Amino acid sequence: MSLLGDIPWDLVVIQSINGIVTGMILALVASGLTLIFGIMEVVNFAHGELFMLGAYIGVVVLTAGGSFWLALLSATFVIALLGAALQIVTLRPLLGRDPLTTILVTFGVSLVLQNYALWQFGPVARKIREPISGHFALLYLQYPWYRLVIAALSAALIGALYLFLRYGRYGVWIRATTQDRVMAEAMGIPVTSVHTAVFAIGAGLAAASGVLFGPLVGVNHTMGLDWVLKAFIVVVVGGMGNLGGSIAASIFISLLEAYASIWVSPSQAIIFSSLVLILTLLFRPTGLFVPTPK
Amino acid sequence: MSSTHGKIYWTAFLVIIALLTVAPLVLPEFWRRFLTEILIWGLLAMSSDLLIGYTGMVSFGHSAFFGLGMYGAAAALLAVKPPSLGLAILYGLAGSAGVALFVAYFSTRLRDIYFSITTLIFAQIFYVVIFTWTEVTGGENGLSFSRPVLGLAGIYTVPFTTTTLHWFILFVVALSYLLLRRITQSPFGMVLQSIRENEARTRAIGYPVERYKMIAVMLSGLFAGLAGVLYAVQNRFAAPDFVYFLVSGEVVIYNVMGGIGTLLGPIVGAAFFLGLREFFSRVFPYLAAAFNLPQIAEFPYLIPVGVIFIAMVIFLPQGLLGFMRRWLNE
Repeated sequence: MSLLGDIPWDLVVIQSINGIVTGMILALVASGLTLIFGIMEVVNFAHGELFMLGAYIGVVVLTAGGSFWLALLSATFVIALLGAALQIVTLRPLLGRDPLTTILVTFGVSLVLQNYALWQFGPVARKIREPISGHFALLYLQYPWYRLVIAALSAALIGALYLFLRYGRYGVWIRATTQDRVMAEAMGIPVTSVHTAVFAIGAGLAAASGVLFGPLVGVNHTMGLDWVLKAFIVVVVGGMGNLGGSIAASIFISLLEAYASIWVSPSQAIIFSSLVLILTLLFRPTGLFVPTPK
Repeated sequence: MSSTHGKIYWTAFLVIIALLTVAPLVLPEFWRRFLTEILIWGLLAMSSDLLIGYTGMVSFGHSAFFGLGMYGAAAALLAVKPPSLGLAILYGLAGSAGVALFVAYFSTRLRDIYFSITTLIFAQIFYVVIFTWTEVTGGENGLSFSRPVLGLAGIYTVPFTTTTLHWFILFVVALSYLLLRRITQSPFGMVLQSIRENEARTRAIGYPVERYKMIAVMLSGLFAGLAGVLYAVQNRFAAPDFVYFLVSGEVVIYNVMGGIGTLLGPIVGAAFFLGLREFFSRVFPYLAAAFNLPQIAEFPYLIPVGVIFIAMVIFLPQGLLGFMRRWLNE
């Protein structure tokens, strides 16, 4: 009996595709998180809650009769505005204080938002209908096209973010502020507004991923918690504040969890990604994809 | 330390202990349990203050130590007949010490937020293990067991009532406070505080900073495990919910509300938080009835409590007891 023969290749193929799909969503969540960390050293504990609220806004728009794409757009804009408001009220006063205080404040924000969702929408999970219901044959499965659309849309959003940061006028402002806050301010960049804008962008990305991911699982008030933990793992493994690294790490971690759940239950799969985190911290504390450890 | 300071401090200490000793005799059943619970959560928060306030490391993983103390006690109480309090404490401390060694070894290599995130993820690993390993831990339902008796087997024992339980827990918490206070004032504690103030300089002087941090995490984990044992004995069950990272978050909230680096502050913070919780979980149903607004009856108490917490981080970062931090540590 050979070891290779024991591997269920059909499951491996299916799980590879599943892993890439979740990986792209995770990358979308994590890119907002890492952008926010990179620019203002804020560890945004409330990121998962923004993801969850985005999904709920999607539900609200859909029940009001809007289309899925309208839901996606409105969730992104509403949560981006909410993010901007949250940043101005809770994080702006903390500028210049110990970065640890930002964890505390965003933890408080996450408690408030999560309980608000529980109160407003109740404990029963809501469902978002898939905008595309077609299937294609994958081995013996009927695989939904929608999952591939999510992966493509996430990739497109991340690509747009990259192009914006690389070539956009405001994107250059953001990168300049990340590199050197004081120098950027001296050059006339309105650093405080850049901070608010970045938080809003991150929040909007989280909300968009919430709506995109909504059809795959139910929408409920605790869905953000799992995601924020996974996004933390990704952001540390990929290197804090490193956009490319966190995208690579998202795919890597999601594939790993997908393969692991062939053999163990999906809820135990997070142990494997935690092991990757431990190994990364032991051997490459600044992240797998950061070339020179400081 | 001036002698008047010592006199005032110890008089106040004894007065508070005396008040807490008398309290269960006059309070109704519900508030008696409430007070005992504050002491247990206070001990947990105090243990984490050793890291947050004195070493400058914010742990988001204290639920793991607390939970393992709980499940350790559960193991002893279920395996050994008749249930023995001493063994419960011993097993609980062993459980939390094991976890603390593991967490300390890996997480102390990191600083600041990286430390916080790592402790959080570690706690989550233990949560997943406890939640899914149903044959041993009872999974989602947890374990329930009977309460041991107080005292030394064969010499003198009394059964636990809410009053004797309160006294026992008060004794353990007061003793832990004095021990932790002694630790923070010892040369070892001074090194921890110098790590908080300037890690690079402490290392340059020649102190093995990593070893000190590891010992600090382990000590903190032991006291947190002790709190877990007390909680298990009080409530006669162990559940995975207490290992979930939201518990760790609440512990950090107690610290920040009460005032870090004071040891007593976290207990005050726990009392403040739990008091607010009781207040808001009563006031909304009351308002709903008074003003005929049924939709706010179910309003979650964590929303106003969370807002108060956020406001305190921004406007009162020293916490409630922050103003007497220096005095308490003298």
